[in-house]
Amino acid sequence: MGYSYAPLLFVVGFALVIPVAFVLLSTRLGPRRPNPVKTEPYESGIVPIPAPERKFQVRFYLVAVSFLLFDVEIVFLFPWAVRFRSLGWFGFGAMLIFLAVLVLGLIYEWRKGALEWR
Amino acid sequence: MNIMHYLADLLVRSLFKADPATWPYTWIAYAVVIGVGALLAFAFVAIFAGPVTWIERRIAGRIQSRIGPNRNGPQGCLQWLADGIKCWLKEDLVPATADKPLYLAAPYLVFTGMFGAFVVLPFGAHVIAADLNVGLLYILAVTSLVVVGLLMAGWGSNSKWALFGGVRSAAQLVSYEVPSAFSLMAVVLMAGTLSTQGIVGAQGGWPWQWFVFRNPFLFAAFIMYFISAIAEGNRTPFDLPEAESEIIAGYNIEYSGMRFLFFLFAEWANMWIMAAVATLAFLGGWQIPGISPERIAEAKGWTFVGWQALSFAIFVFKGTCLVFTIIQIRWTLPRLRVDQLMITCWKYLVPLSMGSATGVLLLMALVREGGIVDWVMRGAMLLVGLLVAGAYIRKVRATFMADRDNYKKMEGRDLWYPPYRLP
Amino acid sequence: MTAPAACDLSALRARLGMALLEETLLGGIAQVRVAREALADTLRFLRDDPAYRMHQLTELTAIDCLLLRDTERFDVAYILHNLQTRRRVAVRCAVPEEDPRVPSASGLWRAADWAEREVYDQYGIVFTGHPNMKRILNHHEFVGHPLRKDFDIYRGYWLSEAESLADELDRRRAANPQRLAGMQPGETMVLNLGPSHPAAHGTLRNLVELAGEEILFCIPEIGYLHRGFEKSAEVHEYNQVIPYTDRLNYCSAISNNVGYAKAVEALCGIEVPPRCQYIRVILAELSRIMDHLVCNGANLVDLGALTNFWFLWNLRERIYNLIETVTGARLTNSYTRIGGLSEDLPEGFVPACRALLKEVPKPVNDALKLVARNRIFLDRTVGVGMISTDEAISHGYSGPCLRATGFEHDLRKTEPYYGYDRFQFEVPTGHQGDTYDRVMVRFLEIFESVKIVEQALDQLPGGPVKADHPLSVLPDKDRTYGNIEGMVNHFKVIMHGIQPPRNEVYDCTESPNGELGFFVVSDGTMRPYKCKVRPPCFYIYTSFPRLVEGSLVADAVATLGSLNIIAGELDR
Repeated sequence: MGYSYAPLLFVVGFALVIPVAFVLLSTRLGPRRPNPVKTEPYESGIVPIPAPERKFQVRFYLVAVSFLLFDVEIVFLFPWAVRFRSLGWFGFGAMLIFLAVLVLGLIYEWRKGALEWR
Repeated sequence: MNIMHYLADLLVRSLFKADPATWPYTWIAYAVVIGVGALLAFAFVAIFAGPVTWIERRIAGRIQSRIGPNRNGPQGCLQWLADGIKCWLKEDLVPATADKPLYLAAPYLVFTGMFGAFVVLPFGAHVIAADLNVGLLYILAVTSLVVVGLLMAGWGSNSKWALFGGVRSAAQLVSYEVPSAFSLMAVVLMAGTLSTQGIVGAQGGWPWQWFVFRNPFLFAAFIMYFISAIAEGNRTPFDLPEAESEIIAGYNIEYSGMRFLFFLFAEWANMWIMAAVATLAFLGGWQIPGISPERIAEAKGWTFVGWQALSFAIFVFKGTCLVFTIIQIRWTLPRLRVDQLMITCWKYLVPLSMGSATGVLLLMALVREGGIVDWVMRGAMLLVGLLVAGAYIRKVRATFMADRDNYKKMEGRDLWYPPYRLP
Repeated sequence: MTAPAACDLSALRARLGMALLEETLLGGIAQVRVAREALADTLRFLRDDPAYRMHQLTELTAIDCLLLRDTERFDVAYILHNLQTRRRVAVRCAVPEEDPRVPSASGLWRAADWAEREVYDQYGIVFTGHPNMKRILNHHEFVGHPLRKDFDIYRGYWLSEAESLADELDRRRAANPQRLAGMQPGETMVLNLGPSHPAAHGTLRNLVELAGEEILFCIPEIGYLHRGFEKSAEVHEYNQVIPYTDRLNYCSAISNNVGYAKAVEALCGIEVPPRCQYIRVILAELSRIMDHLVCNGANLVDLGALTNFWFLWNLRERIYNLIETVTGARLTNSYTRIGGLSEDLPEGFVPACRALLKEVPKPVNDALKLVARNRIFLDRTVGVGMISTDEAISHGYSGPCLRATGFEHDLRKTEPYYGYDRFQFEVPTGHQGDTYDRVMVRFLEIFESVKIVEQALDQLPGGPVKADHPLSVLPDKDRTYGNIEGMVNHFKVIMHGIQPPRNEVYDCTESPNGELGFFVVSDGTMRPYKCKVRPPCFYIYTSFPRLVEGSLVADAVATLGSLNIIAGELDR
């Protein structure tokens, strides 16, 4: 059991070490001649208009919240789906009710207009 | 048994003449073998993500009646290497106003998220780095790191266009994760396990044993998973986070050189991951028609290696077919708009994928597996699938032949680049 | 050529009385000169009176009379157009140097907004009542008014920093407070969409204020490709201006060559021979096909559909190959000359052209197959960037963009020149003036242009390609080197140039983008005293903020592509 997770460590290790090594190598190989114009953030080729703060639209939070809800439900659903065959009709009924609540939530969101982008 | 363990045991037995079960240093052998395995998986990513960029560009050239990269190496096949080296030699620019820690760390996070998923992909009967019992969930979880990475890139760049790209990609990726998870849930219901090898094992080598043709709901789930996968991979028609004509490449606009390359690298690797997950979940994975997994496990010596190689080839072939389909879709369709993208997800895919999971549930409860109804369903779905695939192949072939004839007529003519006259 | 009958001015005469100072003709257009006090009334009367109903301000410019005649310094010229009766009226008004002010017409026609800014920029004439009287083509740190005859053209003015446009943005915010209702300060984002933006095609700057991705306000700034075409034209001989016209709409250079040559020929009273007319028609229509291919191809790229672009672009390359055999150049052809063409068609052109025409439909149909009934394409374009016919006319629309609103107006039909009335072709129109209609009208026009070229090839007459007009047209080489008269003629035309009579003319052709007009004034010398272009997309672009405000960034990109704004022509 423990062995089956061991490769994860290796992979994560590789996935961190190799890119870092590549980037370090590229900073050695590549030139480094920054100047004020070059290091300016790009805004269509002219001097950027300074933005005092970077705010997201509320819509993105709505998406994030809906995602959070559904993803948590899915996390609940997966273990049940794995054991579905052995749970029998009780599990079936319970999860149908759970799904129904989820669908109601979606319908509520829909009716409230949370899914509209404009 | 995992091929890693098998090889490690073999190593211990043959090299040190010890019994792996009792030898105290077995774990070192395991570590070495697993390390090599992880390195091989990494090499696969690199080898796949590199040349597939060239292949995609050649295919795009063919689709668009032009040539594509053909200068570096025979038929331009070293183009990806040249591009990689070029990125290595580029200046690593950091915008002065950037949020440095976020900006610098974002490519690593994206890369780690992509690469982590390779651990649990079952490339062959025993060719898998780690057969986790939560494999599918693990893929969903670890690829979510990409969202964080893209958001960090968008935010950390402190450029307005990059912020747009980052926010767009975050909204898009998290939204499409819901339908893709529901579609995969239908598969989990059928297989009764989250382990990737277990899901492949629950299917068979013949198409009627694949999950995609088991019943109509799974067929629908496959299509929805495929659409969501394209969206999660930021591919056209869902490439809004990097729409160059709208937000000028989005989150990676301030990146250059190697860091920029990691984003592209992750994008192409992601394409493969999505295709591989679709293959293992719906298309029977590495299963060899007519050969049961037990027979492979019992095989010894070269037969064992042969079966592994064949299963590997089958898996890669299926995955590559899907990758080509994704490429072809990319060069066919225009891009969606951001509101249409969200509506497609939340108003169509989410309810429909929930419906398909519920449908699978009902069919499982009502239809006995192996019964008449089950077989009729499988046959009908297989027919539908074959018709779709047949029509697709016929259409592609007709276009290809017409094109080839046109190119033939040009042979021997003095052409300038690109061929401008198709007689 | 049949010039349309000049407009009957009796009603205007009755209305204005003594304020109507003079009645003349500007080319074939009835022209009135009115006192400055009566100008506003005249314009309003011409727009509203049922006898005139001049829907469109086609062109607005000024003339600096400093070296021309001993009158008031400036002369403002309005060219009005009734698109239904197809009548035009020109209104002139003298403006003294010491008080260069004229009432603004921006309340009458939307087209006047930018046109008046341009006149202010170039001549320093202030339009009182204009909401935004500032420079448009030259940058804000520029000093002086370059089209004044006493402007020192050797003086350059560097731009140190792009204009912030904050004043215009504030004005828009104040005028439309409802758009900002319910928004916190800082919730919106002010962003430059261009000039260096892939969809801005390199030179268009739009300052946009965004809420999320929705555009609340859009302030266009143009002039990034301003090269002073009109000023350059004033210091070159008539034939030397032709290469400059190539650079106006560089996607269809020959259309501009033809438009300019036709205007100068009208000025000189030259009628080109039939073969020349036919060749001009053939090449102009081929240019139209190319222009539409480029426009639609680029527009589809902006929508993310790259493949169509290559389908269409390959075809354009083939047309270029053909045109290269005729003119020797691919992009900047400079093919016409005043009174003719630089040379006759090469041998084998007609069969090559016929073969090419057979190749046109396939790539176009391939592209149409990919998009015309594609759900994503329809969702992205139908109802996006919509404009009504009335508004479009008021903005000075012409060409495909106007036809996309469902209004059938094509100068090739309404004021046929070069025998366009002999050709059978349809004028495709759209339904609601949205992006989809504009794309489709262009696609359909490609097929109509093919029809025209086919007919022109069938009817192509023989004969010379240069007018018999020794004062303006160079003699053939054998005559130049063969006899003394020819040589003297050649010497005379080269050394003294073309010297049209003192005259003024406004002449227009249907360019791929719409009405391409040239307002040429001659003072009797070998150089044009004034040569003003009426670029179709300059007026079309005035409507851009109205089209995109309230839509998403992606819609703005799609709309911008479908308007076919060519910076070379827009900024001159």
